[in-house]
Amino acid sequence: MKALRMERRPTRFVAAYLASTFGSGRGAGVGPLRLGDGPSPRDLGPGWTPVTPLLAGICGSDLATVDGRASRSFESIVSFPFIPGHEIVALAERAGIDAHGQAFEAGTRIAIQPVLGCAARGLALCRFCQAGEVGRCGNLAHGHLRPGLQTGYCADTGGGWSDGPLMAHQSQIFVVPEVLTDDEAVMVEPMACALHAALRCPIDVTDTVAVIGAGTLGLGVIGALNFLSDAYGLARPHKIIVGAKYSHQQRSAKDLGATDVVEPKQLDRAVRAAVHAGSMGFSGHLGELSGGANVTFDCVGSADSIAQALRITAPGGRIVLVGMPGKISVDLAPLWRREIELIGAYAYGVEQLGDVSIPTFDLAFEFVVAKGLGNLVSARYPIDRFEEALAHAGQAGSRGATKIVFESSRSTKHRKDDA
Amino acid sequence: MSPRPGFVLETDRSTPPTLMWNGEKFGLQQLPTGSRIVYAPEPFDALNDPEGAIRDALNHPTGESEPLHALLHAGMKLTICFDDISLPLPPMVAPDIRQMVIEAVLDQAAAAGVDDVVLIAALALHRRMTEPELRHALGNRVYDAFAPNGQLLQHDAEDPENLLFIGETPHGEEVEINKRAAESDLLVYVNINLVAMDGGHKSVATGLASYRSLRHHHNPKTMTHSKSFMHAPSSELHSANWRMGRLIKDSGIKIFQIETTLNTDTFPSNFSFLQKREWEWTLRDRAAYAASSSALSLAPTKLARNILQGIRAPHALRSVYAGEVEAVHEKILEDVWAQQGVRVEGQTDIVTMGLPYISPYNVNSILNPILVACLGLGYFFNMYRGKPVVREGGVAIMFHPTQPEFHPGHHPSYIDFFEQVLTQTTDPEVMHKEFEEAFATDPWYIHLYRTGHAYHGVHPFYMWYWCSHAMEHLGRVIIVGGDPKSVRRMGFHPASTLDDALEMAKDVVGPSPTLTHLHNPPLFMADVQ
Repeated sequence: MKALRMERRPTRFVAAYLASTFGSGRGAGVGPLRLGDGPSPRDLGPGWTPVTPLLAGICGSDLATVDGRASRSFESIVSFPFIPGHEIVALAERAGIDAHGQAFEAGTRIAIQPVLGCAARGLALCRFCQAGEVGRCGNLAHGHLRPGLQTGYCADTGGGWSDGPLMAHQSQIFVVPEVLTDDEAVMVEPMACALHAALRCPIDVTDTVAVIGAGTLGLGVIGALNFLSDAYGLARPHKIIVGAKYSHQQRSAKDLGATDVVEPKQLDRAVRAAVHAGSMGFSGHLGELSGGANVTFDCVGSADSIAQALRITAPGGRIVLVGMPGKISVDLAPLWRREIELIGAYAYGVEQLGDVSIPTFDLAFEFVVAKGLGNLVSARYPIDRFEEALAHAGQAGSRGATKIVFESSRSTKHRKDDA
Repeated sequence: MSPRPGFVLETDRSTPPTLMWNGEKFGLQQLPTGSRIVYAPEPFDALNDPEGAIRDALNHPTGESEPLHALLHAGMKLTICFDDISLPLPPMVAPDIRQMVIEAVLDQAAAAGVDDVVLIAALALHRRMTEPELRHALGNRVYDAFAPNGQLLQHDAEDPENLLFIGETPHGEEVEINKRAAESDLLVYVNINLVAMDGGHKSVATGLASYRSLRHHHNPKTMTHSKSFMHAPSSELHSANWRMGRLIKDSGIKIFQIETTLNTDTFPSNFSFLQKREWEWTLRDRAAYAASSSALSLAPTKLARNILQGIRAPHALRSVYAGEVEAVHEKILEDVWAQQGVRVEGQTDIVTMGLPYISPYNVNSILNPILVACLGLGYFFNMYRGKPVVREGGVAIMFHPTQPEFHPGHHPSYIDFFEQVLTQTTDPEVMHKEFEEAFATDPWYIHLYRTGHAYHGVHPFYMWYWCSHAMEHLGRVIIVGGDPKSVRRMGFHPASTLDDALEMAKDVVGPSPTLTHLHNPPLFMADVQ
């Protein structure tokens, strides 16, 4: 089976880290990621189904891994060698049972909810998994699987960046509705993250929301805030102000419902004007705002973006950290003085919308169709061209792209009922 | 020898290159053969006895007014208002004319036993002056006598406690001005008439007004219908101020107007070549040009700016009148036109202008892109009577680096205007309707205006509105050497050289255009026949 594999080779991680200083994704050529033939994952037993990827996305955390920049906090919940790729739409190789307990036939398209929680590991459900908060599972290194927080980081399951089968557990399998294209289906995982992030703190109709970054997750959060209002009657914030660097991101942000879109360096000024705040300084230079956004979604996760979030979030407000940070240095004095809450937003599970509990993936199916989010897929590459694909993903913004995916020859670009 | 009038030179192959301002730099630019260059009149001679002239004006008023001393009495409330940092340009060498006039007024007030005297800088929506700027304008003696006691104020257009609503003109224009000034027994206004639109009723009706009042004439409609600001009978801005001024007068507010003109002696001796005709440059002038242009070119922009902002103009008092507002202003206008008027025969297809480092709104500050537009299209373009120098549908070519650089303390709302408004629209009407109010009422801008040294939040809109007439009139605006992104954001066209700009202009005005260059400063006004 041909696949891209990450091996534990420290010198190559160092090489990847150095290469990535020339641009995100550049670590692919020199790092521990290797394309080659190798064994398919072993059958993991009852409840597991072999599936073959149609499309597998490249996300920011993948790039951080390829470039040797991922947080070392993941070391204990990753096992080598692993095949990356956790944004996956795939075909089931045999019949099975999905996460809802429904049977499906061989050849069914499925989206994989990649968290490898207690159910997949054959363990009694921890309190988080029982509550549907599978992303918070504390058993990611235990059970009959080797460590791995998700499919795509576990040596036993395989991953999406391959042409052969990977193993998907029943708890991970969501049958893709016919109405979705493959492009829409591959966006379900990142959009589930965006929905989960948007639901991590309650929003009021009077709120001003700031969004830092307009890549896949940033655009997803903007769309999610509007979708949840349109489809489920949740409060729509008074303003959604977005810092978007590139013109295609700015257009997409507007299309998805942002009320104000500005260049990232102008976000402070835009938030200040929107909430009629001042600056803590007198000089006209903007430092910390005297007021600010009620909620800020940081969809970048860098030291600069967190510092900006701390400047523009109102005292007593909340920052939702959507983008994955690594080891960074940030002055947290404003967090302390302004009594800002910093909220992490990782993965998905089961969301509570009023009286209704709904798996985030089911919500995401609706979301990607309602907002036409398959359009965010900008380019497909075969895995043979992985260096180009990763370089493209690393420079997605500057090259007018949003989501880059690997494709298999079995994937189509159209809906079934399209010509 | 009496000063020579301004004139129009038609260039030929023997004409030396002309001096061209380019922000904090200047150079020599060869213009196409057959171009016209409009030169300002030479500076009129200074009055031999300015103090005597001022006393004479106060004692022998113009129009229906008693002499100042007859209007002063013990126990009265006297307020003396004066023009702010925006005049004159560049700031003049000490003593400033305001100091000379105010000292004369205070001498008479003291002689009459007037104790309740307050000085007010008539800022309108301009930035508050700093202590050194106030000391320069008023002199240390006046500053030290009034400032420590709270008797030297700066008009605050956002202080409801100190504004008084006077009423509405027949056109529905609300008039609201400084309360202390309005409630005084006598308001003495001390003005500097640098250009023809200064002074008259505009001094009080604009300089001491609030946003509520100013918005009635500082708007795209008024600006578009002011052709030009410098020619009162054709200026809607003038008309609106006159309606307001007459309402103020009819309300019983007693104003004693003192207006002055300065000569156009703009640059000190080491920079005097800047106001000479190039073919008359002496060896010393050429050496000064070579040294200063090289130094400014090599210097970092900030250093070059500091050098140029340090220039103090040797302006000298040319005339002074005092008394009734309209009669005084009429006399002053005659003097302004006599000093600055240049007869120009016919219009041109292309007008070129070298924009210097300074405008009324960036003294000791930065000429940001919006002020670049305003200086070229709001001021230089409008320095005419009759018709614009450039024909309708013609092209303006301006020289300026137009870097996206702003003084955060002086122009905070300009930054947001540049980033948030000009990225959406360059149409004055659209921005007036959709954006102006939010900027005008923004509490942070108001806070910075009232407590710091910031122009009011609405001010960048006004600067853009000043360009309305020019933008409507012109077929294209090209900025040579301008930062392309900034220039395009303002709806203009960047060019690297004059030759490139002329090629671009030909797309608009045809293959064999006429060209007229405004050799400005020193300031002049074109009397276009």
